[in-house]
Amino acid sequence: MTAAEIIAILQAEFGPAILAAHPEALDPFVQVESAKIAEVCTFLKSDPRLQFDFLNNLSGVDYLETDPKKVAKAGFEPHLEVVYHMSTFAHPGRRFTVKVVLSRSGAEVPTVCNVWRTADWHERECFDLFGIRFMSHPDPRRILLADDWVGHPLLKDYEFPLEYADIRCR
Amino acid sequence: MPLLENRFEDGFVVTSLDQAIDWARASSLWPMTFGLACCAIEMMAVGGPRYDIDRFGAGAFRATPRQADLMIVAGTVNLKMAERVRRLYDLMPDPKFVIAMGACTCGGGPYYKYGYNVVKGVDLVVPVDVYVPGCPPRPEALLEGLMRVQDKIRTMRTLRKEVADVEMMPKRTGGVLLPDELNETAKATAYRVAQKEAAKPAKVQP
Repeated sequence: MTAAEIIAILQAEFGPAILAAHPEALDPFVQVESAKIAEVCTFLKSDPRLQFDFLNNLSGVDYLETDPKKVAKAGFEPHLEVVYHMSTFAHPGRRFTVKVVLSRSGAEVPTVCNVWRTADWHERECFDLFGIRFMSHPDPRRILLADDWVGHPLLKDYEFPLEYADIRCR
Repeated sequence: MPLLENRFEDGFVVTSLDQAIDWARASSLWPMTFGLACCAIEMMAVGGPRYDIDRFGAGAFRATPRQADLMIVAGTVNLKMAERVRRLYDLMPDPKFVIAMGACTCGGGPYYKYGYNVVKGVDLVVPVDVYVPGCPPRPEALLEGLMRVQDKIRTMRTLRKEVADVEMMPKRTGGVLLPDELNETAKATAYRVAQKEAAKPAKVQP
């Protein structure tokens, strides 16, 4: 099954919730409306034609050009993305990618923990480093940094702390 | 010593108690197992038969700080770990010594600029006796660091009065021996000034 066929199945099922489709990309992906991501992922996993039963990776991306001279040439508006890479054991070699675009302030997206159990720690890491909140996540704590850490370090406009727990940081 | 001369049997040793204590301490340093990152692999190599830290009496790696008197901080210390490093250091019995092994523990290393979670040198957390630079240091370098700790122990004065301005490194093994023309501060300064003068670009006549 090619990526175009997967995208056709998704568009037939969800219609306008599929905001953009790129079957020609190196990693073929669709962009999904953020509120619908849990339903789309459930469908991708449970549909007998697709059976994407394995979430390879869930990552965040911060699109922000911090250099004012390069903003015009950047080619994107500032935003956050959550990227879901998935594959299937039923059809080895078949992969698919789903993206969700979020605003940089107060980013929220429904959790996919109940679709793939492995998303639990991935989402915690994504929250820890990007500050994206995964709604109705069972354990929405930081996973890598200390609980009293301020800020989310992988955001492009993150300011490094001068001091943490009386230890000089710079 | 006419009073004591030739009065003792073979195998009888005369020493000062201070020296005996220092000798015992220096020859049985027990390091704490404290590998945090890749430097720990080199530390394990030092513990193995090829480099064999046991030759210097420091092969008994302890898994508890209560039985250890040398902390080899081998690897990147991040801010979450720093608290534990400090606590383990506090748990060790006196006298205790710390070797900072590797670039990360000496000063942050490759994480100095963008490592938001890395302590920029373990000396911000615990007092360090000997720095062993390298990424990671060769096992020989760690052994050299251990010997420098032993040098430091040999100059310790447990019972005798403390002396001000005592040089911590005995010249025998640790100190850097300067050539005769530089062995005084005034001479060394003059030499450095002359070097700077010589390094200045030649004046071009207009």
